Amino acid sequence: MWKWLHPYAKTERAYALCGSLLPWCWGGALLCLAVGLAWGLAFAPADYQQGDSFRIIYLHVPSAILSMGAYSGMAIAAFIGLVWQIRSADMAVSAIAPVGAVVTFVALFTGAAWGKPMWGTWWVWDARLTSELILLFLYLGVIALYQSFEDKQQGAKAAGILALVGVVNLPIIHYSVEWWNTLHQGATITKFGKPSIAPDMLWPLLISIAGLGLLVAALSLYRLQSEMIRREMHRPWVQAMFKAQEGNHHAF
Amino acid sequence: MHFESWSAFWAMGGYAFYVWLAFGVSGLALALLVAQSFYARRSLRRYWQAEQARQQRIAASRSRQQQNSKLADEVD
Repeated sequence: MWKWLHPYAKTERAYALCGSLLPWCWGGALLCLAVGLAWGLAFAPADYQQGDSFRIIYLHVPSAILSMGAYSGMAIAAFIGLVWQIRSADMAVSAIAPVGAVVTFVALFTGAAWGKPMWGTWWVWDARLTSELILLFLYLGVIALYQSFEDKQQGAKAAGILALVGVVNLPIIHYSVEWWNTLHQGATITKFGKPSIAPDMLWPLLISIAGLGLLVAALSLYRLQSEMIRREMHRPWVQAMFKAQEGNHHAF
Repeated sequence: MHFESWSAFWAMGGYAFYVWLAFGVSGLALALLVAQSFYARRSLRRYWQAEQARQQRIAASRSRQQQNSKLADEVD
């Protein structure tokens, strides 16, 4: 049943698959982010309580969702790498981690810039904010562990185990606003039932989420390709590819 | 358009500092990540080219050495 997947364990095939997905991811990300953010910033109505400061939502919610989404993807790759010893999955862990870290930083920073005018403080040590900060440290830990081994196979194993242990943080982040008292508001769209937000505000938000998701995918795939080149620099397929690119200079 | 004018848009209903701070820093962080990703790929290619050139130099000097020793043999 899973046989069609097996060729992609080969780095060369996985590289080609990334290459065919990348243009769609870059293009879709650019389009969706431009439409979603412009719509959210200039055309959506202002919030009746928060005025125009609520427009930070169009970066904050997508980056918060994607910080957890990217972590899930990284953890799945780590699991595949550890259980089935598939090298391209190990490389995916190291490719996703920096992207996830930046997205988590964006979620934290936009949250602070939104919290200051609305709550009167940049930061509070409550459950939601603290668990999201721990997510950033988990990403940094995965990057550091992967980098600190000379033998990349060892590094991937250590980083993969940390990534898997850190999964426990994901439900903590999601349910933190229900389990503990917090300044942070509850879920608006990631819950069962009708979202508690007007359609004029919801549509640009959904488009922005799709846009940032595609950007995260594009960056992860691109960095995965780079990692494949780095690890297999002397394999024939990389040699052949670089030689072909020498031929035509405008190669991407 | 929700805003009356461009100046109203930039003012963001009095929240200009926070809104543009959030968008500016986020945009910068993401742009730096994109730039770093492209730069890393380019330096990989540079590294490969340098390696390639080094291999060619080694091969060239090896064949020169062989020729020299051949010449030396002939003189003897």
